[in-house]
Amino acid sequence: MNRTIKKYSPIFVLPTLLAFIIGFIVPFILGIYLSFCKFTTVTDAKFTGISNYQKVFSDDSFIHALWFTALFTVAAVVTINVIAFTIAYLLTKGFKGTNLFRTVFFMPNLIGGIVLGYIWQLIFNGILLYFAKTLTFSATYGFFGLLILMNWQQVGYMMIIYIAGIQNISPSVMEAAKIDGASRSQILRKVIIPMVMPSVTISVFLTLTNSFKLFDQNLALTAGEPSKMTEMLALNIFNTFYGRTGFEGVGQAKAVIFFVLVAVIALLQLYYTRKREVQA
Amino acid sequence: MNEKKGKKGLLLTIIFSIISVIYIAPIIIILYNSFKKKAYIAKSPFSLPNEQTFSGFENYTSGINKTSFLSSFGYSLFITVGSVFLILLCTSMCAWYITRSKSKFSKCLYFLFVFSMIVPFQMVMFTLSKTADFLKLTNPVGIIIVYLGFGAGLAVFMFSGFVKAVPLEIEEAALIDGCSPLQTFFMIVLPILKPTAISVGILETMWIWNDYLLPYLVLNIKKYKTIPIAIQYLKGGYGSIDIGAMMAMLVLAIIPIIVFYISLQKYIIKGVAAGAVKG
Repeated sequence: MNRTIKKYSPIFVLPTLLAFIIGFIVPFILGIYLSFCKFTTVTDAKFTGISNYQKVFSDDSFIHALWFTALFTVAAVVTINVIAFTIAYLLTKGFKGTNLFRTVFFMPNLIGGIVLGYIWQLIFNGILLYFAKTLTFSATYGFFGLLILMNWQQVGYMMIIYIAGIQNISPSVMEAAKIDGASRSQILRKVIIPMVMPSVTISVFLTLTNSFKLFDQNLALTAGEPSKMTEMLALNIFNTFYGRTGFEGVGQAKAVIFFVLVAVIALLQLYYTRKREVQA
Repeated sequence: MNEKKGKKGLLLTIIFSIISVIYIAPIIIILYNSFKKKAYIAKSPFSLPNEQTFSGFENYTSGINKTSFLSSFGYSLFITVGSVFLILLCTSMCAWYITRSKSKFSKCLYFLFVFSMIVPFQMVMFTLSKTADFLKLTNPVGIIIVYLGFGAGLAVFMFSGFVKAVPLEIEEAALIDGCSPLQTFFMIVLPILKPTAISVGILETMWIWNDYLLPYLVLNIKKYKTIPIAIQYLKGGYGSIDIGAMMAMLVLAIIPIIVFYISLQKYIIKGVAAGAVKG
């Protein structure tokens, strides 16, 4: 079989491979190289060693964005997953209208970040109007605004994943727990939660990376206002690239650091939650 | 016992009904604000339009003119449909091939695809836009190739996971019966992969339709604006923001999504759940 299909490798692999080289491999390698250069376009790059990286760490706005992003990510991962799991748990109890509620909760997920940002900008500014403030009055408002927005968008998606996880638990396991006299909260803590750990792994992974990489929502809701205090990492990198000429190299160095952070966090999380998964 | 359960169920139904109404309230608020005169939107966003504040479709006509929304809609549709179709076709073939041929090259390629999934877009955005510039891919047809390249990771990963579960015997039987690998793939393997293809297609559609940054950087945006770009431009391009037009454009941006969602709801929810399990 191997030999027959080998002849066909150009037809099967080449289109994807070529696009992948253009869309990923070349930009990725070039990106790593350029983070060590001074440049405005790719062709005028001059090698400057690690000076870009030194500039990154003396850039206060980047350090602030890093802390803001980290804090936001922790808050978003916890709230989204707790709310999504609670809703999923209740919706699998079987009462009238669960399908409709599921449909409603999932819907915001399909709306894009830019549109979401402007929807919530109107709502938050409308509420804050009663206190004669606006969303860009302080970074705290921006932080909680983004948090509410992200919950609204992501809870439905994670809920679907948790519902799938809960429905995957075989009825016999639940039955056995009930016969053994386990109370409702015992079933929840000792049976359901351990059994949905695979769903937890994937949901935490998705919320973690989505929050850490957040860009569109950040741009549309506050655009980093007031004075860059609500700027997250992705937006900070974008502004470094396209906001000030001469800083493209620094922007690329920030991007490489960003990539390393995302990769390390994602892999650590996968490693730690995978360890807690159990077999029935 | 049963009566107790019934009461509890009713209570949950009522509670969730209230939460659901609150949940969709933001969209309702945007909807009725889009029919209010500009001056009244920011001043009192929660009050319903009345005789004094009602503006008819004025916001819609001005918004459509300012953003040339119809052409944006066309570009978004073309780019999304084209990219998703190409991604499904090319990556399913690629995933099948690299899963079945167990060469070092295939393994290495698979590793690269998985690796690309954790690389954030900011890492490659500058160099990708320059590469696209250099290769003249800055139009709606060219960007489809860029999407195939940047979106291939997730798609290949999901297809490969599923191909592994397809029994080899079926394919071998087809090859022995004289099917070429191409025939085997299109007539035997692809129909089996259909559920995965739906999942991948939905995930990629949600991503590409809503994507802002990639088309903003890759496309020649003087000529081609997708819907998210057009909306962002409404804020950036005209000094003070025309909030009336903005409301109308938000509604027009949401309508296709709701139509898509309602008509494919079953597949979307299944696709998301299946995609998560594979991931």
